[in-house]
Amino acid sequence: MLISVYVPLLITIVIALFAPRAAPLLAPRTAAWSLASAALVASLGWLGSLGLLAFAGLVQIPEVAQEGQWSVAAVRASDPVYLTVAGVAALALLSSVAGLAVAATRQVRHLRWARRECQQLPGETELAVLDMATPEAFALPGKPGRIVVSRGMLRCLGDREREALLAHERAHLRGRHHLFQTLWRLSAAVNPLLRPLSAAGGFVLERWADEEAAVRVGDRAVVARAVGRAALATSANRSRPALAATGGAVPQRVRALLAPPPPRRALPFVAGAALLVVCCGSLADAATDSEQMIETAQHAACVTAQAATAPAVPLHHGPCCEHEHLDGPVRHH
Amino acid sequence: MHDRQSDEPGATSGRRARGELESGVLAALYGATEPLTARQVRDGLPGDLAYTTVLTILSRLYDKGMLVRHRAGRGYAYAPARDEATHTAERMRSLLEHGADREAVLTRFVSELSEEDEQLLQRLLSGHDGPQHIGRADEGP
Repeated sequence: MLISVYVPLLITIVIALFAPRAAPLLAPRTAAWSLASAALVASLGWLGSLGLLAFAGLVQIPEVAQEGQWSVAAVRASDPVYLTVAGVAALALLSSVAGLAVAATRQVRHLRWARRECQQLPGETELAVLDMATPEAFALPGKPGRIVVSRGMLRCLGDREREALLAHERAHLRGRHHLFQTLWRLSAAVNPLLRPLSAAGGFVLERWADEEAAVRVGDRAVVARAVGRAALATSANRSRPALAATGGAVPQRVRALLAPPPPRRALPFVAGAALLVVCCGSLADAATDSEQMIETAQHAACVTAQAATAPAVPLHHGPCCEHEHLDGPVRHH
Repeated sequence: MHDRQSDEPGATSGRRARGELESGVLAALYGATEPLTARQVRDGLPGDLAYTTVLTILSRLYDKGMLVRHRAGRGYAYAPARDEATHTAERMRSLLEHGADREAVLTRFVSELSEEDEQLLQRLLSGHDGPQHIGRADEGP
């Protein structure tokens, strides 16, 4: 318990630091799935660890102990979580859960809006064209999802590049990329440390759609040109000033498309999988320890009570033995 | 995996392919500056499509009221019917402007560029195209 409860917290930090850096090294599709599972485990690990720490503090409160009939002294003896640590964990847990609730409500509202828009867009075609000169193109998830492109965007692309654009947006819809985005958003709401992971995920999804478009069109350079032209046309049309910092997402995508297809690398994937296993293992271990701690403390409380009322009753025949084999020495974890 | 409601995979892929073709045809017509004949549309589309296939799609889109057409020689030249698209554009624009947070569910084709990005992108594209290919994307059929 002493160590294992902190392991998921540590792993969350490792994931938050290294996953965004490792993701671009993988093939985009693998990267997206890796980031999704990393986000899921990091969030659950984070919530689980904080929960167990907060729980370890909660059981030391005398009123709670009385209600649950366990001995505070035994809990304190077996569990070395300081009350301040537990208190901080409880506060962090509360803010994480509140953040998650707010983000989830918002996300559901947006997804509903998108679905409604999909139905209200004119025509029953997959593509809905907006009659505006500003270049604009996005995938709107729904049932079925729609590809929304402005006339300005279609005009600035050549025949094959239009095909690339449609294939790219289609890949977003087919791959249900909005669900990946939702997961990353929610995990970033649970733990702000995971925000860079969420951003890396957004980039990886674009790369994934680019690669699918490249397969579909059969020419990586066409997709590169489509992305490049679209971005240049968009920024030429923009009324607000260009961003000062180099975001770099579009040039990176173009560069990746002009290079050969990404190789399949197993190492970051294996490392990620190992981290996930360790995280789940420690969480399970810490949870088991917490449970045993309470059982031990309940046993201790029961023994004390019995000793006070009927000192002659042999311990292993008393009602305290309902917690099976704990009549040995109190176990310390 | 996206068509579980359909029992017949052949029918599904057929419908999907038709949907994709419709998108391609619409995109080509909106991308053009003047009305296109069926033959011109076909030449702009990828793959080796039958003329009749394109003609069928054009007629269907026309029947749905998404296209207008006028006589051109022995056949028709088609252009997008823009009323609906204009109306939708207005609504979509105001929706997007008022709800920046809605980007949460949209996956935009391209993100914003910084000035450095712009220059870098120009270099990347011109470096790859080479001067002889600059106008390639614009060449007509």
